[in-house]
Amino acid sequence: MAEKPAKKARRAPAARPPRKPVLEVAGLTKRYGSRAALSDVGFEARKGELIAVIGPNGAGKTTLLSILAGIVRPDEGEVTSPAGSIGWVPQQAALYRRLTVAENLRLFAHLEKVDDVQGSVDEMLGEADLAERRDDQVSLLSGGNQQRVNIAIGLLRQPSVLLLDEPSTGLDPRQRARLWEFVSGLAGGGTTVIFSTHNVQEAERYSDRLLVLADGEALFDGTQTELHRTVDKESGRGRAKRDFETAFVDFLAHRGH
Amino acid sequence: MRWLLLKDLQILRRSPLLTALLVIYPIVVALLIGFALSRGPEKPRVAFLNEVPQDTPLSIGGEDFDLTGARSSLCDRIECVRVHSRAEAREEVESGEVLGALILPEDLVDKLEGVASGVGEPPTVEVLVNEEDPLKAQLVDDRISSLLTEANLRLSRAVSNVTLSYLDLLVSGGDFDFLGQSFNVLGLQNTERILRSARSDLPKGSFEREAVDQVIQFAELARENLGFADSLLSSVSQPIQVDKEVVNGGSPDLDAFTISVAATVTLMFVTVLLVAGSLALEREENAFARLTRGLISPTGLLVEKLLLGVACSLLVTLLLLGGLSFLVHINWGRTPQILVAILAGGAAFAALGAALGGAAREVRASSLLAFMISLPIAFISLVPSGTVGPALFSVIEVIRALFPFAPGRDAMESALSSGDLLVPLLHLAALTVAYLALSRLALRRFA
Repeated sequence: MAEKPAKKARRAPAARPPRKPVLEVAGLTKRYGSRAALSDVGFEARKGELIAVIGPNGAGKTTLLSILAGIVRPDEGEVTSPAGSIGWVPQQAALYRRLTVAENLRLFAHLEKVDDVQGSVDEMLGEADLAERRDDQVSLLSGGNQQRVNIAIGLLRQPSVLLLDEPSTGLDPRQRARLWEFVSGLAGGGTTVIFSTHNVQEAERYSDRLLVLADGEALFDGTQTELHRTVDKESGRGRAKRDFETAFVDFLAHRGH
Repeated sequence: MRWLLLKDLQILRRSPLLTALLVIYPIVVALLIGFALSRGPEKPRVAFLNEVPQDTPLSIGGEDFDLTGARSSLCDRIECVRVHSRAEAREEVESGEVLGALILPEDLVDKLEGVASGVGEPPTVEVLVNEEDPLKAQLVDDRISSLLTEANLRLSRAVSNVTLSYLDLLVSGGDFDFLGQSFNVLGLQNTERILRSARSDLPKGSFEREAVDQVIQFAELARENLGFADSLLSSVSQPIQVDKEVVNGGSPDLDAFTISVAATVTLMFVTVLLVAGSLALEREENAFARLTRGLISPTGLLVEKLLLGVACSLLVTLLLLGGLSFLVHINWGRTPQILVAILAGGAAFAALGAALGGAAREVRASSLLAFMISLPIAFISLVPSGTVGPALFSVIEVIRALFPFAPGRDAMESALSSGDLLVPLLHLAALTVAYLALSRLALRRFA
């Protein structure tokens, strides 16, 4: 993975494609005791889309991704993925630090029952640009490289949908830029990527679509431009000059969050 | 599961220091505990029944023996538990509240005086021991044997003195009192002297002179030979006999007991620490959620950790036993039974380790927890009955039953010494299932 300026990694927002969805989510509800972590959340994702799930802390982002990953069972609603499997990458790198990069990939390839284990490992090492470090113990890698191994493991089964839970947490700006370049490349290759983040700039810069959650409710599903328009319309001041973060804060404030 | 097992072994291989500690530490602890065990406690509890009527005097050869003083001297060496009947003594031993019982019979003094007078059989004291574990049996044997040896020594010295005074009378002559009357005994020495003097008056070659010569030779020979009686009588050393009876339980030898303790300690530390740490590591490396997302079920993961623990504990315990076999005898003819005991014990300890690892959720916390629980359980499981009060011992028995150390040790001891394996194996199997169930519950909040 060659290092490039972060700005260049940004993909042009995809027009809402009329293609068949690779992921359909309908009426997801999850309660923990009397508190609703998610309330009737639904959306669709299409091939190659990069969708950012954003919202304040406690909005339900991790719960939503955990349900999509099949780790948490919803109380109501359903998730269907007609196109195939869903890959999941947890927020913290889920790797064995005493094993090498290749050993980690090989272990999970065996566990995932991948047909061509060595072929998949080599492919993932290439995609993550870690071929030269294949025999290094993971504990010796930087946080950014560990996260790339983490993502590569999520890609071993070549899922049609990849879920990333706050993937850039703990990374420095340079590592973040390299990570997003890698992720954008995946989406460019046809993998639908759904990531959660509380970093509004990251959501604006790297996603095609936004899913805004607050207190477990889906408040918005659309592009950044559409969010701006909505805020303009609600403020009654016509098209105002504001950055995306301000628009996002205004959007939440208008809804009492 | 195979791949996870290989992964865990690979991680162990990458941590040589940790692996070395995991092997060496339990072996060292096991050997130290085994050494300490062979020493035993200072004052064992022994029931003491004295049936000799109170204030019965005992005098042998003019030496008075203080029976009350002897009793207090006895109770300085052991913790005497006073009982009032043989039935009570037996009950105390059977219940395990004392390590043994010492019963002094009613006719002890009469018989001792008879021995001193050269008539009758020596008295017999009764010793009841509970040999449910050989350490206790050895302890009681040692203490009571040493006490009786001491008593026998004093008594035999007195008896010897009486006998020697009679012999001295026979050799040298003198006064002798019997039934209030005084007699004068000539003695062999005087007899010889008188005969020699009388011999000179007899004609040489006469029949009388030859007859007197024969009597003189006999007197000389008898006097010289009786001179050796002193040392011979000193070897008469057991005026009191011991009748030992084993009450309740078998009597495996001490080697099997010590080896079983050492092996179980090794088994416990290796397995509990390894499995607790390995399971906690899955969470610490954030891998648990990834693994249980369709790659392996939580129960499957627990089974994998169980297999890891059993495999490693088998290896290390066999290593320990192999090393010990250079020092003590191990019956390798019972290898199948030994293997079964190690596997069953390893499985129960591994399940305990999984429960601890699942509860602690962090490697360091789980290691600490494993240490904090394992050591006291090992020590509690080695407290012999009779060394603490009955109520406390009942609590200890409950704790023992809840952890795999005691049944693990029982299984190992049975495997080493032809004992019954079935009960401890069933106990271990029940504990394995129970701890696995607890581990499974702990994994619910693991991710």
